[in-house]
Amino acid sequence: MARMINLRIWRGDAKDGALQDVQVEANEGEVVLDVIHRVQATQMGDLAVRWNCKAGKCGSCSMEINGKPRLACMTQVASYGDEETITVTPLRAFPVIKDLVTDVSFNYKKAMEIPAYAHPDELAPGQARMEQVDVERSQEFRKCIECFLCQDTCHVIRDHEENKKSFAGPRFFIRIAELDMHPLDKLKNRKRTAQEEHGLGMCNITKCCTEVCPEHIRITDNAIIPMKERVVDIKYDPARWLGSKIRRREGI
Amino acid sequence: MTDLETHSYDVLVIGAGGAGLRAAVEAREAGLRVAIICKSLFGKAHTVMAEGGAAASMGNVNDNDNWMVHFRDTMRGGKFLNHYRMAELHAKEAPDRIWELETWGALFDRTKEGKISQRNFGGHEYPRLAHVGDRTGLELIRTMQQKIVALQQKDGEQYGSMESNIKVFAELTITDILKENGKVSGAYGYWRETGAEVLFEAPTVIIATGGVGKTFKITSNSWEGTGDGHALALKAGANLVDMEFLQFHPTGMVWPPSVRGILVTESVRGEGGVLTNTLGERFMFKYIPDVFKSIYADNEAEADRWYTDQDNNRRPPELLPRDEVARAINSEVKAGRGTEHGGVYLDVSKRLSAEVIKKRLPSMWHQFYELAGVDITKEPMEVGPTCHYVMGGVEVDPDTAAAVGVPGLFAAGEVAGGMHGSNRLGGNSLTDLLVFGRRAGIGAAQYVKSNGSNPVSQGAIQGAAAKIQAPFDREGGENSYSLHAELQEVAHNLVGIIRTASELEEAIAKIADIRKRSANVSVSGGRKFNPGFHLAFDLDNMLLVAESTAKSALLRQESRGGHTRDDFPGMNNKWRQINHISSFDGTQVNVREQALPALPKELFDLFDVHELEKYMTSEEIAKGGSN
Repeated sequence: MARMINLRIWRGDAKDGALQDVQVEANEGEVVLDVIHRVQATQMGDLAVRWNCKAGKCGSCSMEINGKPRLACMTQVASYGDEETITVTPLRAFPVIKDLVTDVSFNYKKAMEIPAYAHPDELAPGQARMEQVDVERSQEFRKCIECFLCQDTCHVIRDHEENKKSFAGPRFFIRIAELDMHPLDKLKNRKRTAQEEHGLGMCNITKCCTEVCPEHIRITDNAIIPMKERVVDIKYDPARWLGSKIRRREGI
Repeated sequence: MTDLETHSYDVLVIGAGGAGLRAAVEAREAGLRVAIICKSLFGKAHTVMAEGGAAASMGNVNDNDNWMVHFRDTMRGGKFLNHYRMAELHAKEAPDRIWELETWGALFDRTKEGKISQRNFGGHEYPRLAHVGDRTGLELIRTMQQKIVALQQKDGEQYGSMESNIKVFAELTITDILKENGKVSGAYGYWRETGAEVLFEAPTVIIATGGVGKTFKITSNSWEGTGDGHALALKAGANLVDMEFLQFHPTGMVWPPSVRGILVTESVRGEGGVLTNTLGERFMFKYIPDVFKSIYADNEAEADRWYTDQDNNRRPPELLPRDEVARAINSEVKAGRGTEHGGVYLDVSKRLSAEVIKKRLPSMWHQFYELAGVDITKEPMEVGPTCHYVMGGVEVDPDTAAAVGVPGLFAAGEVAGGMHGSNRLGGNSLTDLLVFGRRAGIGAAQYVKSNGSNPVSQGAIQGAAAKIQAPFDREGGENSYSLHAELQEVAHNLVGIIRTASELEEAIAKIADIRKRSANVSVSGGRKFNPGFHLAFDLDNMLLVAESTAKSALLRQESRGGHTRDDFPGMNNKWRQINHISSFDGTQVNVREQALPALPKELFDLFDVHELEKYMTSEEIAKGGSN
């Protein structure tokens, strides 16, 4: 059932690069990563591609396939037409290292800027009691496999390098939301710092991030919008504003 | 060599999966400066693939559970070839390690009382696996990844730099562990991105590199599972113990070919999934070994009742330990009762509603729907054995995780041997890496405090550097991809799930031949992110592992756990007293016998003596424990 397909691969590095056309065999049921590996093993031994689990669980093989941010291991070759050329390019929001591999260190730096989970001192190991419905809200965000496709597609940083400094991106908005909704986390003001320090306000909820999420996390509806609404409530509610000035209230 | 990138640390952790990260946390909390080496990006380690859960006898679902029951299950699962002390420490400490994760922010699924929920799994007497749907490994990795960030933030506040005392070196491969005066002095490697070489000076190295699955053609392991730590340890003078024992997980995907080997979690069976052949027979009832007859149901009615009443019924045989189920599936397929793709059916759709399946097994639903076009809420899955886990590994001191024979070297997690005996129970690996990752961190900290640093010599650096350059200087040699494919064929066909002496001998000769040719591998392209170059080193590691496995397998003339000999089908109690120790003399792997440490009386007495009679010789029974 093997057939030949046209694959167009971006090859190059930070300085220079171009699309190269190759013909490669594709078997029934194969995904784009399979044919890239076949190219690597038979035609381009030094073709750089990042991958690990090949089962949609580690989020390593993120790239753009016909211009869409996708996991190559979860994209069936058969989802494209028989005559269609499949074009694979590196993630556009991050600097290219080589071929399909980009420098995603931006994300790891942002991860270090989000204050960690803070466990209540009085709660010894084994004593925590939480309802399943309460943990499920944060669990949705903890499904994140850190493929960074949401970061790649987000137009705030996709073509705006200058915004990266002040914008953590959707991946880290769900991280903040996850901690904010964590039944035990004792750190306050997570929503406010999301707005003031991590650039939540720059998001204008176009939902592009939600659309590309391979884990189907409702990034915009369940994390970003609820945080934005609460921030707005508190910022623009005069009574609350006054209250927060008079005495230290529980943070938002 | 003047511009060689050099870093100095107290502890170098090779591997950023669960064991490596847990070790790093412990070492940093003991006040040491720690470097963590990841072969891929931070947080992508193979631990994320662990689906079912982490076994710990918290007793949240059934309060009859305790460490002694867990210890007994672990020893039974390993067919009593486990190092008793590792199994004991693991069973005793696992609950604390799980609860500790909760204090770092982990969110496990809950019971009605709000405690950590626990699920059933093969070989575990009670519901014991803490879990998060079927993505428990991801939760562990993310929790520890975030704990490391928390430690970095603390260092940032205290010392002004977040990476001052614990730093992650991502996409870096270690090619040599360096020693001076017989002790560890550091390690040498290269950045995968640039190919540039790096020296780490460190008096302790913790190996936590995981498994060896990529040696085989059909495996659940990612490209990283190339036995790097096993080979690094061997080359540094450490021993590997019982490398013949490999776990073939009974349920890997078999169709389509591109996903062949990808894991189908045991939770599918834990949640009620049933195995059938193409005749529609629920065949596992035919394969219950005598040693397990008292605890597994021999009829469908009782097996089905067990899901609602576990106190008054025996368990369904689908939940036998993995080695038993894998062999049973293999036999059914060989007898012509398998699917056209060489698997059997696993069906959960008849017992659970679509809603419950999607909630409890979300990533399985996703995986089959997206990759195989199968809706598991309506149709059965096709499954077959896949190389999943290596029980054998670095010989260590159970309490400190120190590698025997190499001061300063430690090993934890899958790369360490002994804990699981001849077969690992599902769920025991996640707690293994927490328990022994932590112990390795403590062991390394104690070692650093009493030994101090150990400078690296120029000679050691030059030797390591020459090895990295070599494949570029050779021309006209074979390509590493084709040699790797050849090795995988040999391992799969001749050292796989069923073995015989003649095939193992053939394998040993073929592996030696590939090894000879691999010394000549040449690499095209430059040093920069060049997978062909990376594979050349991985290949060398896999060849040493395969040699150790084939040689140990040839010597062991019995069938036990993850080692099945067609020419020696039974378990032999004399062989239970023997570990196989592999060492490397610079040219080849040599395997010798060593006595397995005997159970001390207090652990011996945890078992019914009639059960022990199935595994032990009459002399051992008469002795009643080693003390």
